[in-house]
Amino acid sequence: MSADFSQDHFALFQLPRRFRIDAAQLDSAWRTAAAAAHPDRFAAAGDAEKRVALMQATRINEAYQTLKSPLARARYLLTLAGVDTAEETNTSMPPAFLMAQMEWRESIEDARHGKDVAALEALTAQLRGDVKALEEELATVLDDAPDHAAAALLVRKLRFLEKLDQEIGDAIEALLY
Amino acid sequence: MALLQIAEPGLSAAPHQHRLAVGIDLGTTNSLVATVRSGSAVVLPDEQGRNLLPSVVRYAPDGDTVVGYAAQAEQSRDAANTVVSVKRFMGRGLVDIQDVGRSPYRFVDAPGMVQLVTRAGNKSPVEVSADILRTLKERAERSLGGDLVGAVITVPAYFDDAQRQATKDAARLAGLNVLRLLNEPTAAAIAYGLDNDSEGTYVVYDLGGGTFDVSVLALSRGVFEVLATSGDSSLGGDDFDHRIYCWILEQASLHGLTAQDTRLLLTRAREAKEALSEHASTRITALLSDGLTVDLELSQATFHDISKTLLDKTLLPVRKALRDAKITIDDVKGVVMVGGATRMPQVQKAVGDFFGRPPLTNLDPDKVVALGAAIQADVLAGNKGGEDWLLLDVIPLSLGIETMGGLAEKIIPRNSTIPVARAQEFTTFKDGQTAMSIHVLQGERELVADCRSLAKFVLRGIPPMVAGAARIRVTFQVDADGLLSVTARELTSGVEAHIEVKPSYGLSDDEISRMLTESMTHVQDDINARKLREAIVDAESLIAAIHAALEVDGDLLAAEERAELDGALAGLHTAIAPQQTREVNAATQRLNQISEPFAARRMDRNIQRALKGKNIGAL
Repeated sequence: MSADFSQDHFALFQLPRRFRIDAAQLDSAWRTAAAAAHPDRFAAAGDAEKRVALMQATRINEAYQTLKSPLARARYLLTLAGVDTAEETNTSMPPAFLMAQMEWRESIEDARHGKDVAALEALTAQLRGDVKALEEELATVLDDAPDHAAAALLVRKLRFLEKLDQEIGDAIEALLY
Repeated sequence: MALLQIAEPGLSAAPHQHRLAVGIDLGTTNSLVATVRSGSAVVLPDEQGRNLLPSVVRYAPDGDTVVGYAAQAEQSRDAANTVVSVKRFMGRGLVDIQDVGRSPYRFVDAPGMVQLVTRAGNKSPVEVSADILRTLKERAERSLGGDLVGAVITVPAYFDDAQRQATKDAARLAGLNVLRLLNEPTAAAIAYGLDNDSEGTYVVYDLGGGTFDVSVLALSRGVFEVLATSGDSSLGGDDFDHRIYCWILEQASLHGLTAQDTRLLLTRAREAKEALSEHASTRITALLSDGLTVDLELSQATFHDISKTLLDKTLLPVRKALRDAKITIDDVKGVVMVGGATRMPQVQKAVGDFFGRPPLTNLDPDKVVALGAAIQADVLAGNKGGEDWLLLDVIPLSLGIETMGGLAEKIIPRNSTIPVARAQEFTTFKDGQTAMSIHVLQGERELVADCRSLAKFVLRGIPPMVAGAARIRVTFQVDADGLLSVTARELTSGVEAHIEVKPSYGLSDDEISRMLTESMTHVQDDINARKLREAIVDAESLIAAIHAALEVDGDLLAAEERAELDGALAGLHTAIAPQQTREVNAATQRLNQISEPFAARRMDRNIQRALKGKNIGAL
């Protein structure tokens, strides 16, 4: 009887269910939906409407956060397809990827020790380039030639890179502030 | 947003009746109350025509509570019983307070929040703030000639959950209905954004009396989106006073001052600071209690030198906020200055130099927050359709829980748009473990010890299982005020525990009503009459709202659902007639409950309709 929560996030924003999405269209749909359901619109309304608005606004924000991030969006698409990305349990990775990881960590460690913010910023830029490349691959195996196993591996790889990005960010903050 | 053809369910309630609502800037140094009158926001002055109310409360020997200028005047003579800058103590324990020695107050460490020892007894910062709010409420009601429907109260964007909760408690204690806690810089942007019709990315630099906030806001098509906030909750104009005060001590070789002399010199320091916004130099004179005279000349250049490190300190959070918002200085279209301390020429220069452009100063920096809050209050009270603009706010600090090894695991990252809910699953680490302690934290650091502890609660009754088999889902929900509630649930058994996070720092409902009763000067009859009046106003606006909703979306209900709703409506009408508060409230609650599915369906329809209007419009 309550709001229709069975709709998936893509349907909620009236977007096609695919990895490649139009970011501007998502932003615009989110703003519109958030505007329609925001609790501020119901500050003078009855309790029932306030509760519903809070639930809906929360859900709209969650859907937006999920679709906005390429990693979360890919994971969500896989979940909708019934595929578990097994990010916590499946830690096996191609050896080349693991080697690259170790090199990343060494570079971060060196820059951190050298208190070299510029080097850390450069690492961030480089890392984001790698992330972009993986996202391109994801688009291929999710939209063009579906391969769920390959997509799940890419999600796990991206998760690694996301953690690296976080580590670099923390290192920069620790040096700056 | 002209494309949106949506009926505003909440706002169509009572279109003809103007509801009195105010915006309150509850500042560290000064507070203000503003309202929207004939379409424009104005600050409401006191009977002497003064806009500001110094945030000073004195508990006088005759038992009176004096607030504002009169209290400030006695500040140096009666320092221990005259509370200034109480906002610094909101939601704070004794351990949080820096320089307890420098303060003229005697603190006692009450559970959660400190209390101040005064001749009127121990006062919690919530009670002191409520005294300030009550004064503003009375000022507004006198000047507007009626009861207030509610108020929007501003808080620094950097305020954590405990401080926000304390602010809300103070408002309730003062008998104010809080429509919304609003971040101060956001309020400033509302005041500026609407007046100037701006679009783009803006930085709000808010250096108030006691707090520094910086926010990065994106303004587009009438939507205010807070991209990032940062700041320092113990840095403000007072610190500049203190630098001058220290300079005086140094120049005049003073030490071991009495509390009274300290107050006096701090007052002189503040006056000097204000004078230096207009003049190149100023004279500082004071007669101390031991007969010693202070007579010094302070130049703007010297003031600049002794306060330079404070200016640099404000630029760190600015950098951090830009980083969080993932933008650079070049992306910033304008910098809005808020807070009396931004009148200091060296502040304007430092900010101008940093951003490579002069900051915006065309609104009075003291008033701008209150004006923005008033505009928001007017919308929330339902006086004005909100389709012109909307505020999408974020949480300032990450929320998480403690995991193994004293580490903090973030559940909701900072700068998430609110309202927001996030769940995470945890498990037991011992065989046969039947309880799990949930420690809720706020902050960015990795170690629990470096984060603020918000609450601890225990989920009991987990069925004994091997380690790792239980699945405990912890859900965080942050509402539109930025306040958190946490639920923990064991999924295999359905055992549940829930806490509204108003932890050690908040006041319980019982405490609030006890304090309310104690502070009531009215006789009981007045209170009852007021309660009844409020209940009937609520009931009538609910009836109007539902009638309006039925007119637009009545087709969403099946015949029997419609009959049930009509029954509840009639029930509420009947309950109003005999003028019994309890019956009215019960019938209101019942109508609310019965109309919830209807509200949910209308919401879905509105969202879908809004999106369709959008898509068609975009073609």
